[in-house]
Amino acid sequence: MTRELAVSVQGVVKVFDSVRALDGLDLAVRAGTVCAVLGPNGAGKTTAVRILATLVTPEAGRAAVLGQDVVVDAARVRRLVGLAGQNAAVDNDLTGRENLVILGRMLHLGRRGARSRADELLARFELADAADRLVKTWSGGMRRRLDLIASFVVPRPVLLLDEPTTGLDPRSRNEIWSTIRDLVAAGTTVVLTTQYLEEADQLADDVVIIDHGRCVATGSPADLKSTFGVRIDVEVDNPGELAAAAAVLGALTASQPELDPDHHRVSAPTRDRSVTLPVIVRRLDAAGVQIKDATVRRPTLDEVFLNLTDNPSTESAA
Amino acid sequence: MSTLDTRPRPLTDAAVAATRVFAKLRHDPAGIALTLGAPAVLVLVFGYVFGSAIAVPGSGDYREYLVPGLFVMIAVNPIPAMVSMARDAGRGSVDRFRSMPITRSAIPFGQAAATAGYGVLCLIFMAVCGLAVGWQVDNGIAPALAALALLIAIQFAFTWLGMYLGLVLGNEETASQLAILVFPLAMMSNIFVPTAGMPAWLRTIADWNPVSAFAAAVRTLFGNPSAPTNQAWPLEHPVHSSLIWVALLLMVFAPLCVLRYARPN
Repeated sequence: MTRELAVSVQGVVKVFDSVRALDGLDLAVRAGTVCAVLGPNGAGKTTAVRILATLVTPEAGRAAVLGQDVVVDAARVRRLVGLAGQNAAVDNDLTGRENLVILGRMLHLGRRGARSRADELLARFELADAADRLVKTWSGGMRRRLDLIASFVVPRPVLLLDEPTTGLDPRSRNEIWSTIRDLVAAGTTVVLTTQYLEEADQLADDVVIIDHGRCVATGSPADLKSTFGVRIDVEVDNPGELAAAAAVLGALTASQPELDPDHHRVSAPTRDRSVTLPVIVRRLDAAGVQIKDATVRRPTLDEVFLNLTDNPSTESAA
Repeated sequence: MSTLDTRPRPLTDAAVAATRVFAKLRHDPAGIALTLGAPAVLVLVFGYVFGSAIAVPGSGDYREYLVPGLFVMIAVNPIPAMVSMARDAGRGSVDRFRSMPITRSAIPFGQAAATAGYGVLCLIFMAVCGLAVGWQVDNGIAPALAALALLIAIQFAFTWLGMYLGLVLGNEETASQLAILVFPLAMMSNIFVPTAGMPAWLRTIADWNPVSAFAAAVRTLFGNPSAPTNQAWPLEHPVHSSLIWVALLLMVFAPLCVLRYARPN
C-alpha cells in the first residue's frame, strides 16, 4: 500500500426509507487507475457515487477523496471530483456551447476564459458543428459525450462516472471509452459504475462487484474472469439428443448442466481452460449428437451473481 | 486555465445562474409569447365576457376594478418558478451544481432574481394591456410606483415559494399538474368580483386570502375602485397586511429553499 489512495470507502451504510442502499461498502481506488463498480440495478452503485460527490451523506462508515472526508471536508472534496452520468445532466434547453460556458463561468474561468475553454473542448471532442444547436436536438450519444465533457471543464484529479454508456449504441460507447482512456492517460483517477462486464473489462484496472450495497468480489478483470470461467451453450438438432449432450457436457465440465428443452439447449459453466470449442464439438460428435450451434462465452452478469450467491466462499478473487 | 480558482464568489455564481435562466428564455420564444399573451387574454375574457355581467361597487368601471386584480394574479403565480426548478431537480442540473465547488446557496438567489426580473416584464405588458382597455392611474405617480414595487415584492416572494415547491416535488410532470391549483387560489378572492355577495363561509376565506389583500392594496395605491372590506382586518389595512404577507413568505420560503438546495440527502 505504498501508492496513494485516490478514493477510500470503509464500511459505508446508507438507508433510504428503511431500504439499506449501502450496507457496509468498502472501496479502495489507487491514484491514476480506473475502478469499475459493477452491479445490477439497485445494487447501490449510484448511491456510492453520490456519496463520493457529496450529494448524499453516509449514515455510518467513512468515505474520503484524496484524504479529504466527504462529510467533514465536503467543500474541499467538491474541488477534487468531477461528476457525470445519471445524476448530473447538461441542460437540454441550452446549446452545447452555452452549457459549457455556464459551467466554466461557475468555475470562475471568467467570461472570456470560459468561452475559449468551451471552444477548445467542443473542437477536441468533435462537437463543434452541433455546438450552437439546443442539446435536446442532439443524439443520445452526443449528449452523453457533452455530459462527460462537462465534468472536466476544469480538470479535476478524480472523475466519478455513473453508468456513462448505459443505453448507448456501440459506436457512441466506443467514443466515450476512448475519451475516458485519454483522461486516464493524463493522470485522472476514474471511478465508474456499469452494468456491463465488457465495459469493466475494457477500461478498468480493478473491478468491484457489488450487490445489496456491499462488495461481493474484487480483483482485476483477469482475476475475475478466471474465477468465473466461461459458459458453454449447445443447441441440438433433435430434442431427443438433449440428454446425451448434457451427459457429454457434464463429463467435460464436472458440473450439472442446465437444460432448456423449449429451445433444445443445454448449458454448463467451466473454469477449465482445456475445455475449448473444438474439444466440445469432437466429444459431441463422438457421442453421435447432431448439433445446431455451440458457443463458449463469458458468463453474463446475472450468471456471475448466481455464481457468487451459489458459492458464498468466493469472497475475493484477488 | 486548468487550475481551479477556489475562492468563494457568491455574486459571480448568482449572476451566472441568472444568465442561465435568461439564456433558456431566449431559446423559448413560444413560452415568452404565451406568458405575454396571458394578460391580453385575461383582459379580454374577464374584462369583456364576464365583465359585461358583473356589477361594480360604487360607480366605477369594471375594467378599472379588474386590471389591478390581474396584476396581482400574474404576480402570485408561482408556477413558472416551480416547474423550472422541478425540471432542474428531476433532470440532474441541481445535482450537477451541488457537486461543483461553488457557493450552493447563490444558485437559487440568482434564479429567483432572474425569474422575478422576467416577471416585471410581464407586469409591464399587463399595464400596457390595461391602459388599452381604459384602466388608469388615478392617484399620482408616487403611489403608483409604490404599487409597482409592491407587485415586484409579491412576485419575488411567490418565486421563492415556487422554487421551494419545485425542489420538493422534484419532477416536472407532477409540478405541471399542480399548476391547476393556482386558479382556485385566485378565484376565491376579490380579484374578479367583490366578496360581499359570496356566502358567509366563502366570504371569510376570500377576505383572508392574501391574494385579496394584495389586490386591495394595489387598487388603493393606483387609486382604482375597491371592494367593500366586510370589516376584515387585512382588507381594512391592505398595504400593511400585504407587506406582512410578503415578509412572512420570504422569511419562510427563501431559507427553506436555500437549505433544501444546499443540503445533501
